[in-house]
Amino acid sequence: MIGPDPFPLSSPPGPQVRPVHDPFHGDLLEVSMGPHHPSTHGVFRMMVTLDGETVVKLKPVFGYLHRNHEKIGENTSYLGSMPYTDRLDYLCSMTNNWAYALAVEKLAGQAVPERAEYLRVILAELTRLLNHTCLAGFLLQDCGASGTPLMYAFREREKILDLFESLSGSRMMCNYQRFGGCRVDPPAGWLEAARTVAGNYGQFLDEYEALLTGNEILMARTQGVGVLPGPLAVSAGVTGPMLRAAGVAYDLRKVDGYGVYPRFEFRVPLGAHGDTYDRYMVRVLEMRESIGILRQALRDIPGGPIMDPKARLRGFRAKPGEVYSRIEGPKGEIGFYLISEGGPNPYRYRVRPPSLINLTILEDLCLGQSIADTVVILGSIDIVLGEVDR
Amino acid sequence: MLGTGLLQGLAVTARNLLGSFHDPKRFVTTQYPEERTKLPEAYRNFPFLVSENAVDPMGTLRCVACQICEKECPPQCIYIEKSKDKKADANGKPQLYPAVFDIDLAVCMSCQICVEVCPFDAIKMDQVFELATAERFNGLVLNREALAKPNSYFQEIHPTEAAEVDGRLAADRKAAEDKARAAAAAKAAPKPPSALPPPPPAA
Repeated sequence: MIGPDPFPLSSPPGPQVRPVHDPFHGDLLEVSMGPHHPSTHGVFRMMVTLDGETVVKLKPVFGYLHRNHEKIGENTSYLGSMPYTDRLDYLCSMTNNWAYALAVEKLAGQAVPERAEYLRVILAELTRLLNHTCLAGFLLQDCGASGTPLMYAFREREKILDLFESLSGSRMMCNYQRFGGCRVDPPAGWLEAARTVAGNYGQFLDEYEALLTGNEILMARTQGVGVLPGPLAVSAGVTGPMLRAAGVAYDLRKVDGYGVYPRFEFRVPLGAHGDTYDRYMVRVLEMRESIGILRQALRDIPGGPIMDPKARLRGFRAKPGEVYSRIEGPKGEIGFYLISEGGPNPYRYRVRPPSLINLTILEDLCLGQSIADTVVILGSIDIVLGEVDR
Repeated sequence: MLGTGLLQGLAVTARNLLGSFHDPKRFVTTQYPEERTKLPEAYRNFPFLVSENAVDPMGTLRCVACQICEKECPPQCIYIEKSKDKKADANGKPQLYPAVFDIDLAVCMSCQICVEVCPFDAIKMDQVFELATAERFNGLVLNREALAKPNSYFQEIHPTEAAEVDGRLAADRKAAEDKARAAAAAKAAPKPPSALPPPPPAA
């Protein structure tokens, strides 16, 4: 290695760590947090070494929810993998569907009708609202505010889930996008209902922010906790609101401009400190931008077909080649890498999960913090174990 | 001032609590099973087999045992055995039928891909969700007798989709009848005069 590592992974940013066998202070304590722990958002285990209440070492252990997703993807048809992508990040099935559909469309050179593109943007932004609302609720749950903020968040999430259900037939496992468009046209009155939900969401956010943003306890628990420096975030491959809270302006909706996103006007909110409070705040501001995108998309959505008439559902084969395609999911860059040999199923099927890659910096955020703060930091990273373990 | 944010938050929770006493819109919880919400038309959970009528469901199944859904099903929860003999379908054409058609609902993931790939509109999504069973191994493996439901039931639960399907099938049937009639007419009169339309069939 040439020169010192600018971002050594094991540098404790917090107080000086005492030697292990200090006769005055006793030994270090190793605690296994999880896999069955309510604050780990699923089956995730942290092997934490504690000096008193201070974390001196943290080893994440995952894989308890491993379901062989990628191998299944290599053994089923292209279409057959679509319902499995719902189960990656089970809060954001619409964006997972879109990322996968985009990869296969790129591989097959498939065009998508304009109406379907608009509908995809609408569904992706609704998913972003849903995900960030849930995250804020769970973050407060992790802080110890048991119930109230989470229930308010779930009350609003229910309205979006109702929209998804009346459109796709299922609340969470939507399985709605297809290669070359979307599965069915929205039923009568659906777009009006979506307009109502998007129109009322700002009011809910005002209420939610009145409850939380200025709250002194939330500030005390989150400000200066789990600081993520921008350079570390970039070198670790962190994406999404985590990266933007660290002050790095990188949003694939602006960088790649996939779909019809270049037609919409929206800003990319950035954090200044990279701490947990910034991560909360960036998500709230992103929700406000999402409402703006929704308003524009629901205003401009054109008529026409929802599915490319040339698209094939059954017996779909892609020509040989490889493709990587990515979108800005609510948690970060979700990408699919496919290699085709011309057969009915991909030769290689690989998912780039934002949750897993954002999770890799957990130890750097937690060193020197207290054990109670690791829970809050983990909550602010926004992981879904279905996607981490696949 | 320290504590302002806290008080503001308390005001929000108080507004929500007190508001629920005089605004029924704030009650968002449904008291299941006494109260039930209306399912949206698009709601789906598990597949069923469509038969033309309720009188003879096994005789009028639309399924011709082509096994496409069995091949395409991502979790492989469908098992089909073809019949040895053939039976006439709704168009009068002799077709195979499923001698065995089993779906394991415990494996099914409600993805609707069987419905999308079926070329005969023979399998559709049901809306029955109270399926708990005390039987451990075979309680959720449904055979073709349990899966068969009449088309009128499909029209009831998915009216929009059913209207589209019925329209398409009626058009297909009419085209098939016209073709058969034309073929019969051509057979009856081998050299019809070119200017006149073919005579109507005797039947």
